Amino acid sequence: MTDESTTDNTAIRDCAETLRELDVFLDGELSPDQHDAIRHHLDGCMDCLGAFDFHAELKIVVAEKCNNDEMPPDLLSKIELCFGTDFDGDGTVG
Amino acid sequence: MADQATFADEAMQYAPQLYSGALRMTRNRSDAEDLVQETYLKGYRSYHSFTEGTNLRAWLFRIMTNTYINTYRAKQRRPDETDLGDFEDLYLYKNIGTLQNASVGRSAEESLMEILPDDEVKQALEDLPDNFRLPVILADVEGFSYKEIAEMLDIPIGTVMSRLHRGRKAMQKALHNFAVERGLISARSTGTTDHSSGQEN
Repeated sequence: MTDESTTDNTAIRDCAETLRELDVFLDGELSPDQHDAIRHHLDGCMDCLGAFDFHAELKIVVAEKCNNDEMPPDLLSKIELCFGTDFDGDGTVG
Repeated sequence: MADQATFADEAMQYAPQLYSGALRMTRNRSDAEDLVQETYLKGYRSYHSFTEGTNLRAWLFRIMTNTYINTYRAKQRRPDETDLGDFEDLYLYKNIGTLQNASVGRSAEESLMEILPDDEVKQALEDLPDNFRLPVILADVEGFSYKEIAEMLDIPIGTVMSRLHRGRKAMQKALHNFAVERGLISARSTGTTDHSSGQEN
């Protein structure tokens, strides 16, 4: 995935090129050089920075709001009951 | 080789995350409960094959994802590959981003947290077709890497990336539509063209 030809990580990327990398940047999956190049562009471009900040926040919101469900109170005890139980009667646990 | 006797001690801490993940996958509480139980039972039975020192949470999610795909998805008889409509990038940002600027004295994060109710965010995610929903759950809710997700779903990393991109866009479109329905964003404030139905593509 890495484009080895762009070795100069301070090369000015244009906004379209920067925004194309938004997902991968926020997912922390860019190479350090690519990451630095985006970072460098964001330092001087409020428009792109606004978009990146928004999506970084949205990621936090999604992670938090989709991961806060209350477990049924008896689920843990049901699971623990499974451990050590010989379900199929073959003389072994499980 | 991991000792089965220690499985409960090591694995039970992930139950709340697995349950939330299961709910987003199955979209109902009873199936989610069954899926989590099945995951723990399978994990318990095959714990001897778990390599100690590797990521137990990822291992459990891999079991759960496979169980969901093989059992629950088959049960739901949904088409395996569903396409999504396409629309511009940064759709939600362009249409809702300005709302944040209006909330002076409040951090942008608090503002988005307030703007988007829990139920709507969950709904937007759960409404995605499976092949987009699973990568988004695993990446954005559970924080797994592209490589881990590619292994869990047995698809190439490039496919993970494109499905994430398109799944997220569709989610953002849904969140935008919810905001329009609630009157949070009016046709006027979107700054886009005629928009009364909120259904433009």
